[in-house]
Amino acid sequence: MTFKSKLGGALLAAAMSATALSGAFAADDTIKIGVLHSLSGTMAISETTLKDAMLMLVEEQNKKGGVLGKKLEAVVVDPASDWPLFAEKARQLISQDKVAAVFGCWTSSSRKSVLPVFEELNSILFYPVQYEGEESSRNIFYTGAAPNQQAIPAVDYLAATEGVERWVLAGTDYVYPQTTNKILKAYLMSKGVKEEDIMINYTPFGHSDWQTIVSDIKKFGSAGKKTAVVSTINGDANVPFYKELGNQGIKAEDIPVVAFSVGEEELAGLDTKPLVGHLAAWNYFQSVDAPVNAEFIKSWHAYTKNDNRVTNDPMEAAYIGFNAWVKAVEAAGTTETDKVLDSIIGVSVPNLSGGTSTVMPNHHITKPVLIGEIQADGQFDIVQETAAVVGDEWSDYLPDSKDLISDWRKPMECGNFNVATGKCGGKGS
Amino acid sequence: MLIRFITLIFLILASAAPSFAQAPDPKPLFNQLADADFNAAEKLVGQIATTGDTRVVPALNAFAEGDLYFRKSDKAVFAAKPAGAQLELIDPVTGESAGQVAKGAVTKIRINNNLRRAIRAALGGLTLMSPDRGTRLSAADAILRSPSAEALDLVEAALAKETDATVKARMEEARAVSLLSSDRSIDDKRAAIATIGKLGGRDALGILNAVSSSIDASLKPDLDAAITAIQNEQQLWDMAQNVWYGLSLGSVLLLAAIGLAITFGVMGIINMAHGEMVMLGAYSTFVVQQVIRENAPGLFDWSLTIALPVAFLVTGAVGLVIERGVIRFLYGRPLETLLATWGISLILQQSIRTIFGPTNQEVGNPSWMSGSFPVGGMTITWNRMWIVVFSLSIFVGLLLLMKRSAFGLQMRAVTQNRRMASSMGIKTPWVDAFTFALGSGIAGIAGVALSQIDNVSPNLGQSYIIDSFMVVVFGGVGNLWGTLVGALSLGILNKFLEPSVGAVLGKILVLVLIILFIQKRPRGLFALKGRAIEA
Repeated sequence: MTFKSKLGGALLAAAMSATALSGAFAADDTIKIGVLHSLSGTMAISETTLKDAMLMLVEEQNKKGGVLGKKLEAVVVDPASDWPLFAEKARQLISQDKVAAVFGCWTSSSRKSVLPVFEELNSILFYPVQYEGEESSRNIFYTGAAPNQQAIPAVDYLAATEGVERWVLAGTDYVYPQTTNKILKAYLMSKGVKEEDIMINYTPFGHSDWQTIVSDIKKFGSAGKKTAVVSTINGDANVPFYKELGNQGIKAEDIPVVAFSVGEEELAGLDTKPLVGHLAAWNYFQSVDAPVNAEFIKSWHAYTKNDNRVTNDPMEAAYIGFNAWVKAVEAAGTTETDKVLDSIIGVSVPNLSGGTSTVMPNHHITKPVLIGEIQADGQFDIVQETAAVVGDEWSDYLPDSKDLISDWRKPMECGNFNVATGKCGGKGS
Repeated sequence: MLIRFITLIFLILASAAPSFAQAPDPKPLFNQLADADFNAAEKLVGQIATTGDTRVVPALNAFAEGDLYFRKSDKAVFAAKPAGAQLELIDPVTGESAGQVAKGAVTKIRINNNLRRAIRAALGGLTLMSPDRGTRLSAADAILRSPSAEALDLVEAALAKETDATVKARMEEARAVSLLSSDRSIDDKRAAIATIGKLGGRDALGILNAVSSSIDASLKPDLDAAITAIQNEQQLWDMAQNVWYGLSLGSVLLLAAIGLAITFGVMGIINMAHGEMVMLGAYSTFVVQQVIRENAPGLFDWSLTIALPVAFLVTGAVGLVIERGVIRFLYGRPLETLLATWGISLILQQSIRTIFGPTNQEVGNPSWMSGSFPVGGMTITWNRMWIVVFSLSIFVGLLLLMKRSAFGLQMRAVTQNRRMASSMGIKTPWVDAFTFALGSGIAGIAGVALSQIDNVSPNLGQSYIIDSFMVVVFGGVGNLWGTLVGALSLGILNKFLEPSVGAVLGKILVLVLIILFIQKRPRGLFALKGRAIEA
């Protein structure tokens, strides 16, 4: 079975490389970039939008004359929400299509699946989604938020502004919520929150029956202290969760919910009137009042030919990653991986909230944290905006990562340097 | 002492008199909102409330809804409502129209949760004397939810004039919660604790817990007794609540599985495309709602009723095409059927994704399916309640169809002994086709109901297919009653496990229990007896 499928795969690959080769000859004056987002399967709901956003960015760049005088050409593949397939498709993009860089992945599982491929074949991946941190690869740029760029400022906001003293950390049962909640719990306890004032709850992917959990939250909230829910509930499960909240009459004034995975796109399938006042923390909202954002929304509507399409935070992260790559390539004068890796650190590009984002030596970027409240029209009203925050890859609140730092500049060139032992290596190596 | 008392009264009268003569105008306070940050705005709302001018109630309501704006030219504050492409400005105090402006000429005054709370409390205080009974009731509710010592005098004044028994009782409770945070005497507070204790429920528990750290030590025993009493009562209600949640989850499982009980249970087709029939039903609801939204918004509350036959016909027709086009060539070859129907399910998913896009579609809840109502110490949400009713009525309807109609008779005859039925003149291929169409159609109307509680996305079906098979196999293949009992018992089991072991482990435990059960009774809860099982 394995042998057969390998053989089949090899044959298919041979056939494909033949076509790719002929294609490469025909279009020698283009630079290829890979777009690795699921267009089918469970993640298609989120990732398809990013594929469209990438195609739009490529089209706009070509209108401006491309990169290094050459046109960009996007090679789109569909890894079908299947983690091992992500690695296969990444390999295909790098070795057969010879792409200069890849923009893609959504879930941490898919990123972990392609990471060895990018390191082995020495290519570049731009990863545009908020994630749990605890990783820094030489070949990956993390343009989404690390926990300190999203989760911790959100918790600070609730504690300071709404006086929250009791916390429900509710999440879907996989690596991102687990790690984020671990960091949050350590952070809250370092701020003097008692263990009995923290409730952690996990649910399976796509959980749709929230009755028990919502009534548990109510019960937890009746201890006389101001209670809030910090939600790392993933994508699809959010709609039934918020519906249940609305129906059971949990108002944002009583128990606010702050979510890290709910953006404009997720709210599109919901009647948001009962949810007004619940919060989300991101680095970008469509409602950001900045000329650069207005322009971006305008071209997005024109590109999709639909004035109702919303923009969201991962799109901004993709926008930043793409522009940083373009700038780095132009500075290096080549698309060669090693040169681009050298030139991209320190590159600053405008972000969509009106400031600039800089690629840091730890392959994360700087960006402001925005806290928004859900409005009746499915948009967010920004109630707080911080100054730009540097993404922290190794959390300072977890015992086994607090001594680690990452710096990919010469001479250190290390993703997990232990400042306590003075050696490169350890966790995550 | 006496002199001091008289001076005090005089002072009160003196301070009260001018406020009656010329009540402070709330209008400048509103206008200050234009420049205020959240904290300042919160204070302003409090000041507006203390003017006692009830004319500001609509404007405060508009503020809570996010409909308060200031004019950019002169920073005057207005409530606004949309009038075509423009906004109609309404004076916040007099309620008179102040003309229409373009949306760009005004800026919305931003609001956050703290402000919403402040507005709720202010509105509660202002509307306690409203002539409308419902308004007074919700005012008392508002004070109950955000108690403050300042509200106490207002509540007592309102209480003295109140005649309606229900409102009066609610105001008594509101008075009690406000009293706890005031500086009244110990005896008053003791009575208040008793009142709140009688009120019961989670909110009361929250209120009592909140004061427990700051309250006078002599009241502590009373307080603890009241808290324990509520907690004990709540524990019983929690049990009832779990049973209800279980029934509700069970009814969802029943809905998802009942179509499969026909295609898989009665016909023996391993139909992997069953979930997609549910999905098609949900998308039919979406399309029906879209049409209604665009053409006859007044009919929105009827959208589900209209969607039911539409979904049934659409999915039934798709089912018919699948049976005639694919499945009939594969009878007796379960493995091939499984693969073929799985392929069909992928095709259906991807075509929906191509037509409607990969993102969730918004299916609205009609008003009679939104919100909840209390039953003793538990809350029952309307949508869950209607789904329980709906799935049970589908079950009964299907049972009648199977047992009492000619088609049901033919269907049972064909499943029990195909050749005999055929020689009696029954057109077995068409009975097969229509049975499959019926199963698909039922899945479609299940989709209408599920669209109310779940995502309407191309992946909708996938999340139900495993559960559906689980229910049918557990209940006993080929038996509708088995499906009912199977669905409800799995639902209740799940909900009793969930609070103690969590949703993830609960689900795993249920699966393990089913596997063990199937080892012991391979044919499920209600096994069919007789010849049918060999066929």
